[in-house]
Parts: sequence; structure tokens; C-alpha cells
Amino acid sequence: MSFVRKLESLPIAGLIDVSLNSSLAAVRESMARREHSLEDFAHLISPAAANLLKPLCLRSYQITRQRFGRVMRLFAPLYLSNECINKCSYCGFSRDNPILRVTLTVDEVRREAQTLLDLGFRHLLLVSGEHPKFVSTDYLTDCVQALRGMVPSISLEVGPMTQEAYRSMVEAGADGLVVYQETYDRQVYAEMHAAGPKRNFEWRLETPERAYAAGFRRLGIGALFGLSDWRSDAICVAAHADYLLRNCWKAALTISLPRLRPCAGDFQPLSEMCDRDLVQLVCAFRLLFPDVGLVLSTREPAKLRDGLIPLGITLMSAGSHTEPGGYTGAGKENLHQTERGRIVELVESRRSVGADVVATEQFKIADSRSPKEIADLVRRLGYEPVWKDWDHF
Amino acid sequence: MHLSNKPLVIGGRLFRSRLILGTGKFSSPETMCGALAASGAELVTVALRRADLSGRKDPFANILEFVDPEKYLVLPNTSGAMNAEEALRLARLAAAAGLPKWIKLEIHPDPRYLLPDPIETLRAAEMLVNEGFTVLPYINADPVLAKRLQDIGVATVMPLGSPIGSNRGIQTRDQIRIIIEQANVPVVVDAGLGAPSHAAEAMEMGADAVLVNTAIAVAADPERMAIAFKMAVEAGRAAFESGLGLPLDMASPTSPLTAFLDSPVSKMASVLNAYKGYWAL
Repeated sequence: MSFVRKLESLPIAGLIDVSLNSSLAAVRESMARREHSLEDFAHLISPAAANLLKPLCLRSYQITRQRFGRVMRLFAPLYLSNECINKCSYCGFSRDNPILRVTLTVDEVRREAQTLLDLGFRHLLLVSGEHPKFVSTDYLTDCVQALRGMVPSISLEVGPMTQEAYRSMVEAGADGLVVYQETYDRQVYAEMHAAGPKRNFEWRLETPERAYAAGFRRLGIGALFGLSDWRSDAICVAAHADYLLRNCWKAALTISLPRLRPCAGDFQPLSEMCDRDLVQLVCAFRLLFPDVGLVLSTREPAKLRDGLIPLGITLMSAGSHTEPGGYTGAGKENLHQTERGRIVELVESRRSVGADVVATEQFKIADSRSPKEIADLVRRLGYEPVWKDWDHF
Repeated sequence: MHLSNKPLVIGGRLFRSRLILGTGKFSSPETMCGALAASGAELVTVALRRADLSGRKDPFANILEFVDPEKYLVLPNTSGAMNAEEALRLARLAAAAGLPKWIKLEIHPDPRYLLPDPIETLRAAEMLVNEGFTVLPYINADPVLAKRLQDIGVATVMPLGSPIGSNRGIQTRDQIRIIIEQANVPVVVDAGLGAPSHAAEAMEMGADAVLVNTAIAVAADPERMAIAFKMAVEAGRAAFESGLGLPLDMASPTSPLTAFLDSPVSKMASVLNAYKGYWAL
């Protein structure tokens, strides 16, 4: 049974009810357990548990230190392309946004990667919009193959593919696959994804299973907080992670907790998730899954990131750019706009902005500190920054 | 005072210390170096996936530079390998990079509990032994697997006390006893030892060595914890070599009541004289 069927039988409303009506005593009881259930998780993310944030943080800190040690793994996203045929309300790359677009050539991708290697990164996440023509399976295979000899660990965050296409990615040298469901609420999902292949909720939901079957050894999942109620999506992410741990048992699993950031299109979050909620959720995930990696991106501001480092996070990005060519300026000559997925010439006013024009980013990052600054910070906090933790063996 | 424990011999090489250290989870290379030195360890294992084997001296993956080959025998490990083929590739890469042809064979496809895959481990061990490696396989505490591996020609067997990093001590006690009883190679209890008392227990049971990482690396003071483990291992081994008494259900007096039965006649006579008055009553 795939997770699609499992999700249908998940008593989300009941678990939300448990969460919203939880009590301090129930939270304490859940916290004290050695192993935690999904119901415990509902208690741990409850409004009641917000009053026990300090002991929750302490527990999360202790478990993380025990299981992962005093180390912090670092990675960087490398955007290949911001072309996209999907129409998603919250995404800067949405096809109707009049942004500057480009797909880097394989050589430009190699240059971007070299810059990131020079900065220290040995684990890169290749990110792209979904565009079967510009970002084809062949193109992605070429990119991975080009980087294989240079970059010890390559993950992908691109449009969902078939199992066969994933197998060629693994054979080319990719070892990780990241795909966020965005929201697990079918109705909100349908409203947010007005057009394009991304409308297919179930195809996306089954992506990690196809990736695992194709041989990926790392899987990353998550929801984009700000679309549906965060507790509801967090419970679904937890159930999804639990399913993957049981069924895709050889894969190392990570959970990301991205919150919506300002981007082209000026979408406003539909639901709120404050900083304290995020901290509480990080800790709740840590108690539920002591060994699952928790990822923190530069979407979050410096102060919050600094505070979260000891509390459960195990993988961080640093100095990120969310536009193709962001690290080297590559691709500037080929900038264009698209209309319904087709290239159109830039209007003169956009072209005359000057040589500094670059492709448009997916979203604004909030922590612009350099990789070195982040590494120094990690050291000051008593952790060793780990750049390399895998290789193509 | 020196405990003068017998040295440990693995793969024909002699070690004074019976404490083997892992190098993961430390807060900095400097802290790791301090703990290694304090522990007295002579055998130190390093995860190949964290090292640069390309020969380019990668400053961002230089863990090997902090383990002085003059002081320690570097024991490369295959942590992260999911099957025999991956472990084999890793071992060959390490040997090609000039590391000792010793390998701590770790194949754990389950990234959560990191429990070793017995089938892949056995397969890999056979191939590695045939290629001339000194193989130290990490295994679950399975006596039959331990024997199968010894038949192949591994240098040690390394049964786990409990899952890696769990601090739960020796939960596989009965199985480890059988492994030790039947062993014809050194038995190293690896994984799960969270306190010096756990290490001492393993040594008292007759394990030849223990491997410790998490308990030292994540301690508030790794260097002191390393010393604590060193002392515990020495104490446990000395106790084992000195001959530990059997545990009993009842009290056993230190001056046995039947001693007079074994005494020479003259001594017995004096004992009788001492009690004469009592008997006269």
C-alpha cells in the first residue's frame, strides 16, 4: 500500500482535535515516554506544549547530541533553471510570473559547482523548476554526470519523475532526492496548483517511493508552512516519515521545515506559523524521530537559525542563492521571459537594466551570511562543521 | 602501580591498550586529538566517507590529518556502505590511498539503528580476506555468524553491546558470552557502551577489547571521559586476568567455618585446646 492510501486512512481531524485540546499533563506524559506515537506528536505540537517549550527544547537538544554528536552537516543549493510550466500561487517561478529566466548550460553548472566547492561545500542540492523541454531527464543526467567527479554527494530537488528516469539519475551519480509535498491538504493543494503537471497530488506524494525503488539512498520530505494549518501538515509529514521509515528502510530520511518567504507574485501566507511554533515543531520531530535528519535553510533569519542549531537541526545550508547562476553570474547572456512556458524576447526596458541583471530568485533568503561565517558560528557554538559525509564509492 | 595486563594481539600486531576509539561526533578535531591522547588508545577507527581519499589533501575533509599515524594505527571503517560491493570499493580506495590494509567492516543498510547486515558482512569479509586485508567485522551478537567469520579468516569479531550511540550498555550479554567462549580470535565489544562501567563489564566478561566513540565524543569533558574509560578497561581486564569469583545466591564467609578440617593436626590440637573450657561446661 502506497502512502497515498495510508494518508486516506489517517485520522487527521482526530489528531488535530487531540492537539488543540491537549493539556499540560498529557504533554508531560507524552514527553516522558521513551518511544513516541503519532498521538504523542499531536500533544507535543499542541498549544498546551507551547507552555513547556523549555523542557521540550532540552529533551530535543539531548537526543540530538546523543544521536548525531557535536557536528553540523552543511550543504548548498545549486539552481539549474527557473523555467517552469506549473502555475503555483506561492512560488516565484510560477509560469505566469514575468520574471527573468534561464537554464544554465552544463558547463555553467560546472562553474557554479566549482565556486561552491571552493567555499567548502561537498554536498550540493541541484534545484530546478519543472519544465520537460528545458529541464529534461537528459539535461539533468548530463548535469549530474558532469559533477560526479567533482562533488562527493549530489542530491536533486526537481520535478517528480518516473522510476526509470530516477534510475538513470542514480546511475549518473545522484544519491539524494528531495521533494516537498507543499501541503497534504488535497483541497488547498488543488487551489494552490492551478495548472501544470504539479496538479497531480498523488503522483507527487508517491515520489519518494519511486525514488527509493530506483536506488536513491537519501530521501528528503517536507511541507511548505504557510499554505494549510501548520499542525495539520506537520502531522501528515510525521505520518509520511513514519511510512517511509518502515517501507523505504534503507534510505536515510530528512525532514525540512520551510516557511513561505516573499517572492515574485507577492503571495501572502494563508496560515500563520510563528517562530515559537517552528521551534516547537523542530523539537517535536526530534522526539518522534530521534534519528531523522532535520534541515534548516537560509529562508530563516540569522537569529532564529543560531538558536535552532543546538535544538535538533542536523543539516544546514549557508550562503545560498535561489536563482540560477547566483554564485558566478553564469547564464546572464541568455536571460529571457516566458509566456505559457515558451521563450519570448526580453522587452527593451528589461534588457537595458545593465550587465548586473541576473535571473530572478525563487524566494528571498533571510540569512545572507557566508558559508565561512556560518562555519565559524557553528564552531563557536561547540559543533564541528562537516562538509563531506559521503562519496561516490 | 601498573596493572601489567597482557598485551592484545590482533592480526599479528601487539597493542598495550585494549581500548579502541572512534573519531565521529567530536565537536572539533582538537577535542578529538585530546581524547585520543588521553585514552591511551593505539588503534583508532576513521569513517572513510568523511575522509578525502583523492590525495588532494582536501582542507574541508581532512579528518585523517588529525590522527597521527606514528602514534596510532588507523583503522579505516566502511560506515555508510549498504552492501558488500560498496564496502569492498571503500576498502580498496582506502588501501590505494595509502592507508593500512586493515578494515573495520561495517555494513548497515538501516540508517536508523545502524544494525549490521549479517549476509552482506559475511560476503564482504570473505572477499576482503582473500584480497589480503586484515578484517575486523562489526556484527550483531550472533555466535554462529561469529564462527562463520572466523572460519573465513577475520582478525577479530566485533559484536555489538547495543545499537551504536545508544549508551545502553551490554544488552546482548548472553550471546557475547557464547562468542567469547567459542572464539579463536580476539573479541571486541563494539557499540552501545555508554559508561566506563559498561566497558569494565565487557572486559570482566573476557572480551579482549572494547570500542568506544559516542560516550566520549559527546561528554561534556571528552578528555576526562577518555581517561575514565581507559581506567575502566584496564581495571576490567586486570580483574578478568586475576580470576573473578563466581556470583553466588548466598553469603560466603571470608573465614570458612570448615577450615579446621583442612588444618594440620598440630594446628587442630591448639584449636581444640582453645575450646576445652567450653566443652568442660
